Amino acid sequence: MATTRSESVSVASNDAVVIVRQRVREFAVDARLSLVDQTKLVTAASELARNMVVYGGGGTVLLEQLDMDGRPGVRVTFEDRGPGIADIEQAMRDGYTSGGGLGLGLGGSKRLVHEFVLQSELGKGTTIAITRWK
Amino acid sequence: MDRIPILRMGRFLLVTIQVDMHDRLALALQDDLTSCIVRYGAKGVLIDISSLEIVDSFMGRTIGNIAGMSRILDAETVVVGMRPAVAITLVELGLSLPGVRTALTVERGIGLLRGSLEGTIDGDNAQ
Repeated sequence: MATTRSESVSVASNDAVVIVRQRVREFAVDARLSLVDQTKLVTAASELARNMVVYGGGGTVLLEQLDMDGRPGVRVTFEDRGPGIADIEQAMRDGYTSGGGLGLGLGGSKRLVHEFVLQSELGKGTTIAITRWK
Repeated sequence: MDRIPILRMGRFLLVTIQVDMHDRLALALQDDLTSCIVRYGAKGVLIDISSLEIVDSFMGRTIGNIAGMSRILDAETVVVGMRPAVAITLVELGLSLPGVRTALTVERGIGLLRGSLEGTIDGDNAQ
């Protein structure tokens, strides 16, 4: 698997979520994802970018154009240095929220992509990587 | 700060969201719409989202809130023009917009609002 292009976006406030959506859309179009797949990836990225602002105090989003033996894909990695997630299983469950939201962000985003990798360490931060292949 | 314009069409209010909605804009719309409903005594709200490329859980919740608040203020909300890809994604995300009426086009949305308004008037006459 090769990364053919990458870019990083700093996300400090809610307003930057819009920028993340636009950049992810651009990468998804370049990877020739179908319209529905683009929409799914952009929506998942929007959820996770907002989570990063609300719970992680902001962070960095890394966008990568991937190529796996000719099959294009896009990976988006969200990294924050927030408090971390104490109970990942609970956080992934639909309807669970610690911040007044709908509690669909993590579980919902996972359903919208092919790969979802979550790493979190208490007091250190959270990293979530999502990938959608063509 | 940016604002989403709210147009008055007789007893209804029409909102066409034509920008990628950031969170503060969505919350401002919620405030502005409820104020307009009261100021104009509006009986219906049409929200045209045909330009929206995505609806995430925050926007979905805001739309649901607007519908709920309008109902309490005696106005119906109809969301029109949702793109197919957005509908597919919303359901997979786990958001089915309960309590929000939808129509495919603005015309049908207006028809829906007129229909429910006439239903109410007929009901009043019957008493």
